[in-house]
Amino acid sequence: MSQWIEACGVDDVEDEDLIRFDHEGRTFAIYRSPDALFYATDGLCTHEQVHLADGLVMDHIIECPKHNGRFDYRTGEAKGAPVCVNLKTYPVKVEDGRVLVDIACARR
Amino acid sequence: MNGMVIIGAGECGVRAAFTLREAGYQGAVTLIGEEPHLPYERPPLSKNTASAPKPIAEEEHYAEAGIELRRGLRIAGIEPATRQVVVDGGEKLSYDKLLIATGARARVFAGLECAQTLRTLEDAQTILTVLKSSRRIAVIGGGFIGLELAATARALGTQVTVLEAADRLMARIVPIEIAAVFEKRHRAEGVRFIFCAQVLQAGPDGVVLTDGRHIDADIVIAGVGALPETRLAEEAGLAVNNGIVVDNRFATQNPHIFAAGDCCNFPFRGQRVRLESWRASQDQGAHAAHAMLGAQNAFSTTPWFWSDQYDLGLQIAGLPDLARPFIHRDLGDGAFVLFQTDERGCLFSASGVGSGNAVARHISIAEKLIERAQPVPPDLLDNPDVNLKKLLKG
Repeated sequence: MSQWIEACGVDDVEDEDLIRFDHEGRTFAIYRSPDALFYATDGLCTHEQVHLADGLVMDHIIECPKHNGRFDYRTGEAKGAPVCVNLKTYPVKVEDGRVLVDIACARR
Repeated sequence: MNGMVIIGAGECGVRAAFTLREAGYQGAVTLIGEEPHLPYERPPLSKNTASAPKPIAEEEHYAEAGIELRRGLRIAGIEPATRQVVVDGGEKLSYDKLLIATGARARVFAGLECAQTLRTLEDAQTILTVLKSSRRIAVIGGGFIGLELAATARALGTQVTVLEAADRLMARIVPIEIAAVFEKRHRAEGVRFIFCAQVLQAGPDGVVLTDGRHIDADIVIAGVGALPETRLAEEAGLAVNNGIVVDNRFATQNPHIFAAGDCCNFPFRGQRVRLESWRASQDQGAHAAHAMLGAQNAFSTTPWFWSDQYDLGLQIAGLPDLARPFIHRDLGDGAFVLFQTDERGCLFSASGVGSGNAVARHISIAEKLIERAQPVPPDLLDNPDVNLKKLLKG
């Protein structure tokens, strides 16, 4: 069952960047890719529970701000040590300039 | 049976073992650790009060990758002529290529023999047990480990005195402007500092200084640096000079023996260095693994260090030259980054401090700029309105 939650406006995230989005005790990361598409993943790195929102986005890769763990935020795929567990990703849609995330539909 | 043998199951050795497999190596890979535990991450030992260690990789991953992990095994020696490693007890293991990744051990100066040091899980558990029951502790050494332990002890309500031989904290690599932020914070948390301290003796009830002062403490912890574990290399006739001497791909002068991580001394940007760094150990282990398989490219990864004390996060990319000027970039909320450029205008170091991971993006960008070695206009570095990421696009 879907649970679409409004995370932010499309202008709240810069191109090739991300923001943190907290909802009912959970934390997510919302990304805007260089080609202006939106993606969502869990907000914490799978290595040591660090908020990814402080990390650097280059193209489609988010780099953990702490230990250099890298993920492809489109698929959640861990790109090598020290991270070996993929990030969960969530479906995203844009409606009327708002970014919506289906937080009930995690994929790993 | 021949194959790859790795001595040392820390970050470097473990990374090397997995990298051999990722690179497609099909032969035997044997990873030998002296400690009885599943290889674990050391950085949390000085920062956390959790007693369970964090494994570098889960046990089943070694088996899945076909890595034979042998724990609790001490190596008696290396026999380069027959390409064998001799295990305590006499067993011999043959190798095609050998990686020495034995790391470093805590340095102990004369007079500090009674002090507790921190290197292993057992050390950390001993310290944690004592911290929980101590009223006051003395920490010798105002470096990363000593200060992280001081912050951990304060979180448990223990009184802390830090004794530092220099006139400032973290004098080896951290710019003074950043060290001052940490000193101020530690003082605000109630840590007492004695600078220019000359320790005569550490004992069960405290520390005696050469000027006669006595600092009472229930336990004395020394964090005064580390020494490379080079015994096996020395006995095997390999060159050792502040670490096992290797070339820019971590090969020793013996074509079948490599050394990487904290135990090695390697050429980097025109100087010879030995790093004690979690990240560098991994990067070097990975590079050495490829070199063992024949790769010829030189190691050029930017060194990266960090420290967490209270909620303050320090990150450093590159090797700061404390004798040269810094370019200050203010990030707001007390966070700032100090850049250094060389005579050609190329970035070679960036050091930052701030709450949590406030400086992480800047340090991450700096790492990449350092690696590219292209000139960066200084007026972009100190201007907080300029997004440095654009420089990576150029």
